[in-house]
Amino acid sequence: MPTITLNKSVFEQLVGKKLPLEELKDRISMLGTDLERIEGDEIEVEIFPNRPDMLSEQGFARAFSSFIGVKTGLRKYDVKKSGFKVIVDKSVTMRPYTTCAIVKGLRFDDEKIREIMQVQEKLATTHGRNRKKSAYGIYPLESINFPITYIAKDHTQVHFQPLGFEKVIQASLVPETHPKGKTYAHLTQGWKKYPFFIDAKNNVMCMLPFTNSHDTGKVTTKTKDVFVECTGNDLNNIQFALNMITTTLADMGGEIYSLDIVYPDQTITTPNLTPTKMPFDLNYINKWLGLELNEKQAKNLLERMGYGYEKGTALIPAYRADILHQVDIAEDIAIAYGYENFTEEIPNVSTIGEEDPLEKFINVLRELFVGCGCIEVKNYHLLQKEQCNEWLNQTNQGITLKNAVGEHNTLRHSILPSLLKTLSENQHNEYPQHIFETGHIFNLSNSTETGIQETQTLTLAICHDKADFTQIRQHLDLLLTLLGLEIKVKETAHSSFIKGRVADIYIGKEKVGTIGEIHPSVLENWKLMMPVVTFEVNVEALFNAVKR
Amino acid sequence: MDLSSLIAKLHPFERTVLPVLKKHQDLPSIIEHSRLQEIEVQRALQWLENKDVLKISTDRVKIIILDKNGIHAQLHGLPEQRLLHTLTDQPQSLLQLQQKTNLDIQECNAVIGLLKQQQAIDIEKKDQLYLKLTSTGKNLQKQKSSAELLLAKSFPLPYDSLTKTEQTTVENLRKRKELLHIDEQKNITITLTPLGKQLTTADLGAQVINRLTPGMLKDGSWKTKNFRAYDVEINVPKITAGRKHFDNDALQYIKHIWLDMGFKEMTGNYVQSAFWDLDALFVPQDHPAREMQDTFYLDGKAKLPPLWTKIKDVHETGANTNSKGWQYTFSKEESEKILLRTHTTVLSAQTLAKLKREDLPAKFFAVGKVFRNEALDWKHLFEFYQVDGIVIDPNANLKHLKGYLTRFYKKMGYSKVRMRPAHFPYTEPSLEVDVYHPVKKQWVELGGAGIFRPEVVKPLLGFECPVLAWGQGMGRIIMEYWNITDIRDLYKNDLKQLREAKLWLR
Repeated sequence: MPTITLNKSVFEQLVGKKLPLEELKDRISMLGTDLERIEGDEIEVEIFPNRPDMLSEQGFARAFSSFIGVKTGLRKYDVKKSGFKVIVDKSVTMRPYTTCAIVKGLRFDDEKIREIMQVQEKLATTHGRNRKKSAYGIYPLESINFPITYIAKDHTQVHFQPLGFEKVIQASLVPETHPKGKTYAHLTQGWKKYPFFIDAKNNVMCMLPFTNSHDTGKVTTKTKDVFVECTGNDLNNIQFALNMITTTLADMGGEIYSLDIVYPDQTITTPNLTPTKMPFDLNYINKWLGLELNEKQAKNLLERMGYGYEKGTALIPAYRADILHQVDIAEDIAIAYGYENFTEEIPNVSTIGEEDPLEKFINVLRELFVGCGCIEVKNYHLLQKEQCNEWLNQTNQGITLKNAVGEHNTLRHSILPSLLKTLSENQHNEYPQHIFETGHIFNLSNSTETGIQETQTLTLAICHDKADFTQIRQHLDLLLTLLGLEIKVKETAHSSFIKGRVADIYIGKEKVGTIGEIHPSVLENWKLMMPVVTFEVNVEALFNAVKR
Repeated sequence: MDLSSLIAKLHPFERTVLPVLKKHQDLPSIIEHSRLQEIEVQRALQWLENKDVLKISTDRVKIIILDKNGIHAQLHGLPEQRLLHTLTDQPQSLLQLQQKTNLDIQECNAVIGLLKQQQAIDIEKKDQLYLKLTSTGKNLQKQKSSAELLLAKSFPLPYDSLTKTEQTTVENLRKRKELLHIDEQKNITITLTPLGKQLTTADLGAQVINRLTPGMLKDGSWKTKNFRAYDVEINVPKITAGRKHFDNDALQYIKHIWLDMGFKEMTGNYVQSAFWDLDALFVPQDHPAREMQDTFYLDGKAKLPPLWTKIKDVHETGANTNSKGWQYTFSKEESEKILLRTHTTVLSAQTLAKLKREDLPAKFFAVGKVFRNEALDWKHLFEFYQVDGIVIDPNANLKHLKGYLTRFYKKMGYSKVRMRPAHFPYTEPSLEVDVYHPVKKQWVELGGAGIFRPEVVKPLLGFECPVLAWGQGMGRIIMEYWNITDIRDLYKNDLKQLREAKLWLR
């Protein structure tokens, strides 16, 4: 999750109050952000993904200041009309929306420029979903001539100097050669045309979703006024993005001006910083939280979270993108009330506890084999592909995952390879080794929702210098006698076992498992220097047979 | 301990060894005269030392051991001596000498050099070398060399018993090929304590019974015999037992806490559709956690239940939940993806979908494996346990949530629980649950909790109802109990670790 680093003294100035260190730490984590560290003058805070509006020093300070009761209530942001226009051409089908604004009267130093670039990047990563949903750009106003056109063009026909490049190149080279081009090229797969912002003098301002142009796109310490654009496939998303960026710039001392965005079918004015009104039911919220707040208390708490309040209605700040339902308001009221102030309560509700019957059965089997002196082991359900196949003298077994990052990439089709792995890693330990494991195995199937049949399975393995078929058969017989089940054992052929020493286990006509002596070539694959005998049974089949 | 009770407890080995100690103090002769195995004597001496009967002292001594050529020289003489004694004052050819002495050409050349140095021989060079004795040589023939004298002793030979000159001879011989080497040997001797002196002269009494046998019970012969008293305070060899995996001991305990609190168990598959694991829980389809790097995906397409259109509507517009929804176009394809479940909360969603109004209030829990696409290291597992719970109760609220969790953690041994704000897409409020660690004196984060959003509950359940929910990780508690610091050691399956793991006692 993204973090922001605050300068303690700048932060205190923005908040308008200095708190003792311990209280500062406590308040930061009770606001709904995770304090990563405080070192000297630096405070690092993790911002949860639902609050991208706190990804700037200004945004975080704004929320914090309200929370500790210094500047509470709805912040007022004036928006003046700039009179300028951005024309959206109907060719921009691949990223059809834009919202824009102008902010004037800023004073940038190198630190501020770095900061605003970071805010923009972090927003694009989180709120913009790595530019997939939306991307943002900030330009010095003085080099731009209005009206601007947002238009899609064949990129072999456009030439400009991308930010950070020495000379003008053909736009089609950007995805391969520009660092941002390489990073985001995957977002533009299948595009025949690319969207550009082009000003009235035909200067290319940027190529989306990659980079600004060098001529019009670089904010410097001389810049006072900026043009801000957000583009994406979701108008709602970029409206919030623009609101977050412009309010941050306003908190830096800027004045916000709106523009008219002229779409082929409508014209909208952005940014719109009017708070959204959401009526809420205080009874519902009280019941949800277990509180008995009156209207005045609720109003105070909302104001401590930066909201306004008007007769049963919450006024939601225009930069808050996360309020979908009145339960979101309930959460903010709870945060302002203080999670630490909720008392614990156990209601008098009678319900009957119940263990899952199959789980209970598995536990009975565990107890039985522990009583026989066996050790229960627990392996991962994921193995390496070769462990499910070649190492067992088998083929096409296990279900391999599409994208495993580690070497454990295959869901096991049997517990046997897990036990052979355990035995092979325990050759320095005392013998005899009687081990067992219960767990899921995975096989393809047409009859399940996912196409995979999972079966609860039990496997027992005995390993020592005199381990033989008789001994493993004794354990199987003991299990079935104690379960009161009758089984048949029929000789079979199986590539993991010694010929003539392997059998299938049947209950009635249903095959429920396999028993035998492991083939020495399999033992060799696992580098095992001791004989192994084993049986594997389908626990669900045993359970069903017992129930019948 | 007085002498008689000391005697009563003597082991047969000790009884056999004790009389021998009157005359013999070094280990080889004690072994020889007691007629016991070396290990039996050593154990008897150790036990007797523990009883303060004797003191065992171990000296390290240097001893000289003959090697292959040394043993040969002892029998047949050193090569230079053999040559010296074969020579006369008449010249003899090298070939002749070689045949007579049975030395090979290298040995011959080596000893010729040596004898020449001592001026014992004259060499003439004709068609081949001819050798004859000098007068010094004749004198040398008459006396034994220092090396010869040394080899005449019996080996192995204690180094320290030799004179300075003899030691120099040893050092010279050591340089020659496979003649002799010096080894360190442990020399065990015993000294009797005053108690020991008393004991060796005392009457050790008549025959004692070491082991009671069925035969003695049958013929009653035990009645006339005395039982040897054991030293019941000494350690005995270890045994091991069949064991459940220690992790399951802890998980079973956790399950029983929830059962005791009236919760029903939920179970289900590890392989799930993205629909159940994520969409049904209102996780937006472009949520970063759904990215490939966090979740294991499988090939294929899941079949969706009819419910999916309701979930789609809630995502897109909020449907009838009074929510705005995520305001995007829901992708069925995304929903059909197959994955390994990322949380046991998927079971909570499936449980809600099956529940009827008349089943309420109801409480459920799950203790199960979940999966994260990560490479294994000391801090990360790709497969681990999560403990989930839901309470579906029309009157449930945030205080109850804190109540249930506090009660649970009290039973786990943590008396204080703290809630902090957090964010999950399916709960509102969302909170992080910390417990106060009484030893470390700090808060430890154990998992998330909250009240399910109406966008989750209404489509699944069919009506609105507060549902308290939590998903907690137990790994930290379990690792701490068994002093595990590398998380991989939880499932290392080392049989020694499993056999010896202490019991779960909470």
